[in-house]
Amino acid sequence: MTSQLETAQHPERLRRVAIDPVSRVEGHGKVTILLDEQNKVHQVRLHIVEFRGFEKFIQGRPYWEVPVMVQRLCGICPVSHHLAASKAMDIIVGVKKLTPTAEKLRRLMHYGQMLQSHALHFFHLSSPDLLFGFDSDVTRRNIVGVAMAHPEIAKQGVLLRKFGQEVIRITSGKRIHGTSAVPGGMNKSLTIAERDELLKNIYQIVAWSRDAVHLIKKVHIQDPGLYNSFGTFRSNYMSIVGHNGDLDFYHGKLRARDDNGKIIFDNVDYQHYDRYLEEEVKSWTYMKFPFITSLGKDKGWYKVGPLARVQNCNQISTPFAEHERKEFVDYAGGAPMHAPLAYHWTRMIEMLHAAEEIKNLLHDDDLLGNNLMAVPGERQREGVGVIEAPRGTLFHHYRVDENDMVTMANLIVSTTNNNQAMNEAVRNVAQRYLHGREVTEGLLNHVEVAIRAFDPCLSCATHALGKMPLEVELVDVEGQQVHALSRS
Amino acid sequence: MSQKFSLDGQVIPFEDGETIMQAATKAGVFIPHLCYHPEFKPHGSCKLCTVKVNGRQTASCTMRASTGMVVENNTEELNGERRALTQMLFVEGNHFCPSCEKSGNCQLQATAYHLGMMSPHYDHFFPNRPVDATHPDFFIDFNRCILCSLCVRASRDVDKKNVFALSGRGIKTHLIVNAASGNLADTDFSLADKAAQVCPVGVILQKRQGFAVPIGERTYDKAPIAAQREPEMEGAPK
Ligand code: SF4
Ligand code: FES
Repeated sequence: MTSQLETAQHPERLRRVAIDPVSRVEGHGKVTILLDEQNKVHQVRLHIVEFRGFEKFIQGRPYWEVPVMVQRLCGICPVSHHLAASKAMDIIVGVKKLTPTAEKLRRLMHYGQMLQSHALHFFHLSSPDLLFGFDSDVTRRNIVGVAMAHPEIAKQGVLLRKFGQEVIRITSGKRIHGTSAVPGGMNKSLTIAERDELLKNIYQIVAWSRDAVHLIKKVHIQDPGLYNSFGTFRSNYMSIVGHNGDLDFYHGKLRARDDNGKIIFDNVDYQHYDRYLEEEVKSWTYMKFPFITSLGKDKGWYKVGPLARVQNCNQISTPFAEHERKEFVDYAGGAPMHAPLAYHWTRMIEMLHAAEEIKNLLHDDDLLGNNLMAVPGERQREGVGVIEAPRGTLFHHYRVDENDMVTMANLIVSTTNNNQAMNEAVRNVAQRYLHGREVTEGLLNHVEVAIRAFDPCLSCATHALGKMPLEVELVDVEGQQVHALSRS
Repeated sequence: MSQKFSLDGQVIPFEDGETIMQAATKAGVFIPHLCYHPEFKPHGSCKLCTVKVNGRQTASCTMRASTGMVVENNTEELNGERRALTQMLFVEGNHFCPSCEKSGNCQLQATAYHLGMMSPHYDHFFPNRPVDATHPDFFIDFNRCILCSLCVRASRDVDKKNVFALSGRGIKTHLIVNAASGNLADTDFSLADKAAQVCPVGVILQKRQGFAVPIGERTYDKAPIAAQREPEMEGAPK
């Protein structure tokens, strides 16, 4: 699990290859590769320019403003930040348990977010690679290409996403940046009309979600040579796990396993996450590297997200998704699957679970209830809110002073949790697909596919249409550019 | 009541001593305004209520109505100037509507919508204005103060407390709290004060109440400002 390619022994004698930006992944990403005279790869790094300074921005603001404000952190999963911050502020106002109506409404909103995010990632961003092949014509490898070749699949992708967005709009008050989760509860419940509107389509949504799992499963199983080994590295993995070890995106205890699936820690109350996890700062990138304290920074890094969650839980509470989980576990042969491309398969199992959970909730009259706010308890000065966001575990940690103002904020977002893991996948792919001193389109495509499997939330991934700007630079020992390749 | 004037061609009756604003409001005609409040003496400072009386610009909240006046209000020219004034108010302070708890209940925001303001247009000042969170029940976010002086008038004239004052001149004008420490906690300000209810924007806020009302049920979700009978009463915290 050690990363030999992170830092070269003598970088000054090596040639630098930069791939920038990484297309169809939101935000700015850049990959640099250092080669020696014999074209051997010595160093590979994925640089991500992460949002910074937000934690400062929150300081000095009243705590009740934070759940609304943090949605601006990231245009990609605002609901996750809204809910993680609300959970932290529940703790601040001394609420340990929400009313049943409030918790179910928050869950509904969260499953809506999971559904729309996973649908967007699978159908819009990844299906072109998966259906046409990583080396296929770049002009066809996009959602428009999918719509031409497989109109039914493209249509389902669009409608699944739209349904998820509807759930968010109805539960949060707005399609994006709603305000409905407040410290200690929710500010609105569902009307019967709203509930019935969603009920109309939910069975179709569940059916399409099942189809999506079947599709990715078929694609994966057809080409095990590629799907099981592409960018594969072994690592620990972590997520929150719900009651009885259920897969749970909204609430639970922290559990981490090693690369063989052995428990590292379990049942950890996330209020104390900082006793189990640390973050390392590295000079070459702004994004931090979290690791499990007991294992140290070299061995303690881990992956999060669908592949971690589906293998970390004991079971899934909804029948269709549980059936698919078992098939996945069977396919993996009783040992943890570490292949980055298996993220896609597990992501679709999760989408199915989210759809089934939405269906169950829509049949629960608690959603229509009026008891939205729990009675506040003893005011706390510190609170942690954790949620399983579409991309993985998301931590929000705040301190609040006696005047109700936030004095400290620490956030560990899913993509940061996966930082080292994504670096490892890129190293693996670079070693396998880089030949000679030239950066080919093929190499670019493969690096992109590896990064994309993790669904990183870099700030511009909605560029799902058309060719992505991509730049490759070859720099020699003296830092001179010898060759550059770009497409835009 | 036989006295009348013309407002955008409509006949508006008025009584002795009434301002154009008062008479228009009574007749159900909306004139944009921020520093005017029906319960307080007009201040005439924001100039948003500017109308043309017989061709000359004047503040309708301070101008007495008189028989035979020809008043223009809802014209493209006047609304353009009002929009520019509103844009200036936005850039002078730090108004971040998306995370402001007064959103949907804010008279400045509602007025901007009414005037069709699509962007701040001018460069932001980004002033540095620390908040005052010392009071157990209230919190003052000076970032959003538009210096309408309604809290000053309410505290002085109704509450008889003089908790607030405007200090400085011109562009340096700012709201202060009348305490040696400058902190709200060191005044006798309380929940029952009129001054606690009048701020048209999100400056004087009751703590721990933010976002209690869902989107869709806030004052200006239900009807735009021009359609509200007494917007300044509706927008105030209950
Ligand atoms: S605090 Fe509110 S009421 Fe007082 S002057 Fe400022 S904007 Fe007007
Ligand atoms: S409302 Fe008349 S000047 Fe402000």
